[in-house]
Amino acid sequence: MNENTSLKRSMGLRASARISNSIIHILLIVISIIWLIPFACILLQSFRVESTWPVPYVIPETWGIDNYVRLFSTDFPRWYIMTFVIALVVAVCQTVIVLCMSYTLSRFRFKLRKFLMQFMLILGMFPGILAMIILYRVLDDLHLTGQYGNSLPGLILVYVASSGMGYYVSKGFFDTIPKSLDEAARVDGATRAQVLWKIILPLSKPIVIYTVLTAFMGPWGDFVFARYVSQLYPSAMNVAVGLQSWLATNAMTTSNYTMFCAGGVVVAIPVTILFMCLQKYYVEGVTGGAVKG
Amino acid sequence: MERDSDMKRYTDMEYLRLSKGQKFLYKLLSFLISIPLKIWAGICKIGRFFKSLGVGLVRTLADIGVTFAKGDWKTKTSFFIMGFGNIARGQVLRGLLFLLFEAVFIFYMVFPTGGGYWIKMLGSLGVQGPIRSYNEILDQYVSVPQDNSFRILLYGVLTIFFIIAFIYTWRMNVKQNKIMEEILASGKKLKSGKDDLRSLVDDQFHKTLLALPLLGILIFTVMPIIFMILVAFTNYDGAHNGYTNALFTWVGLENFRTMFSWDVGGVNYAATFGEVLTWTLLWAFFATFTNYFLGIFVAMMINKKGIRVKKLWRTVLVMTIAVPQFISLLYVSKMFDVNGLVNGALKSLGLITQSIDFWGSTANNGLIARIMVIVINIWIGIPYLMLMATGILMNIPADLYESSRIDGASGWKQFSKITLPYMLFITGPYLLTQFTGNMNNFNVIFLLTGGRPTNPVASGASGSVGYTDLLITWLFKITTGSDTKYYLASVVGILVFLVVAIISLIVYNLLPSVKNEEDFQ
Repeated sequence: MNENTSLKRSMGLRASARISNSIIHILLIVISIIWLIPFACILLQSFRVESTWPVPYVIPETWGIDNYVRLFSTDFPRWYIMTFVIALVVAVCQTVIVLCMSYTLSRFRFKLRKFLMQFMLILGMFPGILAMIILYRVLDDLHLTGQYGNSLPGLILVYVASSGMGYYVSKGFFDTIPKSLDEAARVDGATRAQVLWKIILPLSKPIVIYTVLTAFMGPWGDFVFARYVSQLYPSAMNVAVGLQSWLATNAMTTSNYTMFCAGGVVVAIPVTILFMCLQKYYVEGVTGGAVKG
Repeated sequence: MERDSDMKRYTDMEYLRLSKGQKFLYKLLSFLISIPLKIWAGICKIGRFFKSLGVGLVRTLADIGVTFAKGDWKTKTSFFIMGFGNIARGQVLRGLLFLLFEAVFIFYMVFPTGGGYWIKMLGSLGVQGPIRSYNEILDQYVSVPQDNSFRILLYGVLTIFFIIAFIYTWRMNVKQNKIMEEILASGKKLKSGKDDLRSLVDDQFHKTLLALPLLGILIFTVMPIIFMILVAFTNYDGAHNGYTNALFTWVGLENFRTMFSWDVGGVNYAATFGEVLTWTLLWAFFATFTNYFLGIFVAMMINKKGIRVKKLWRTVLVMTIAVPQFISLLYVSKMFDVNGLVNGALKSLGLITQSIDFWGSTANNGLIARIMVIVINIWIGIPYLMLMATGILMNIPADLYESSRIDGASGWKQFSKITLPYMLFITGPYLLTQFTGNMNNFNVIFLLTGGRPTNPVASGASGSVGYTDLLITWLFKITTGSDTKYYLASVVGILVFLVVAIISLIVYNLLPSVKNEEDFQ
């Protein structure tokens, strides 16, 4: 092969690479638009004031913040504060529990360890809703449901109590911290608790943030159990159940649709900002968790 | 060459010489043939488990007897007053804890509405239903609840937990006496209460760490599941709520018979279950694999050399994870409504004249709605898969691609021979959890369609059942609304568990062959 043809060939390759890259760029732009359209529509429709029902066009004819004003005259602020409090408490408690569980299963070798892990795997195969039905009845018995007007303690209790089952991702993280660190500290006379507190935790910032973030975001999206516990009493709903109730029937949708969009925006903004700030840790957790199974 | 069963077993060398299709066929056949053997092995395993359990029990009982016969008076007293031996020998802290536990247990069991009562009632789940009696203040007849089946079942189960815990603690107490005697006989000193406390943050630190999480799981996951399994054998429903209207009681296997009958009160439960199960499996399959492959595809596009602003594309997709799902799902559901945005846009573009009823059309078993939920689920799921695939793709050794390029492999060949096998190898278990997770993917189905369009075969089976209903949303419908049938929900729940368990078992048995590292090197 002489130099000339080989040069031509490499130029041809470069040209075809450029073409395929442009195609991919166009595809990525299309994908981004598809992924963003619903959010753009929610945002735009939340500013529409000429009608409150779904319409087949996107750009509002009259702009205004009426929907947001109306939003704060409903039960919405109450739902919002309740969900926020739940999310905060759950984020703290759930993180403690998940870290205890995953650290123990990663670092200690005790008699029942294998059994515990297999047992939890099997427990996870039962549909969660099954347990919710009875927990809801128990909470009802304890007067912690919608008809008694306080669903907050019950929801927190249930979210936190069974969170130990979700230890996989953080256990995978702890597995990657070398055990020789522990052993060195133990030789120097540190107790197991000191090892955890002074050596492992300072190294675990990414997984702690990941756990807090997912725990905080969970309650914002929980729909099923919150709905059982609220018993559809408006005062006991969280944002998910509340906003869903606005679209439950066609008649409701007609009068609440744009307000739902406004509510969606108000809910999504803080969660999204928080998420974007801590995105790095979330990505690490997701990738790490999947690789370690 | 030996022939066992009717299939030829290849040696390793012969196996390697087979073509790809033959290899697959061979694997599949050997898997199918191995099923009966595996089942037999499983039965043997269970048999061995019970045998060892029995042997262990006999040994424990013998050990307890020997401890009693040979022990001194302190040990003998400990058999009745727990912790006595500990206190008498100086381990006050442990001894007091044992004693306290025994006192609480005895008090709870003999208390009029305590453990003894609940256990006694467990057989019947209550005898006296609510009584109508005349209330002078209200001047009318009111219903006065008596026994409470729900509480009897709940506290009955809890009491059984408690009794098991007590027996275990008692056994520990006896064992400790034996050990203490041995230690004292050898002239060593016993651990003090202070040593015990210290060991809780040191040698026994795992017990401290696990206590709270496991207690939570025991009470809020294990107990409810046991309860609901038991409910499948009762007639607990809206009309028998066990307290204010009527008691419920044990009915044996009646509910399972109902679930597999063709006609119970005009409802064909067996056909309903069959339809919903088929769609659940179809949905889980498509939802998992469309997301998986398209997610990898998107990740590869973003990671390709020469693609600009990689971070922007990634951020756009990740943003959709941040917005709580219920908002996007409900909104998208409305977008595709009869007078929603999508129909409006299609009409103004002149593509259609009549609105497409995405969620209500029952043509071809609700095919449009079924395809739509899978497509929208791609929209939901790709960002997660993209993130995960990005992480894994970066871990694939670059020299693999380098050397394959020198050998003249095309892009497609690289994908099918390097990328995909590597991904499948790493994410095999993840795919399985995705599959079972999708089987129980409540949010997507419920918030998008609520189960619509209604399925005429299945309707009437407690709440209207639709073409897009999964087992899990059906279960939810059975337990909410005006006609709640908790017993039926339990049966569905148990069946979901069985399906998930069977699929997991099969896939786990197949995985090692998929996971053969040689295949992609």
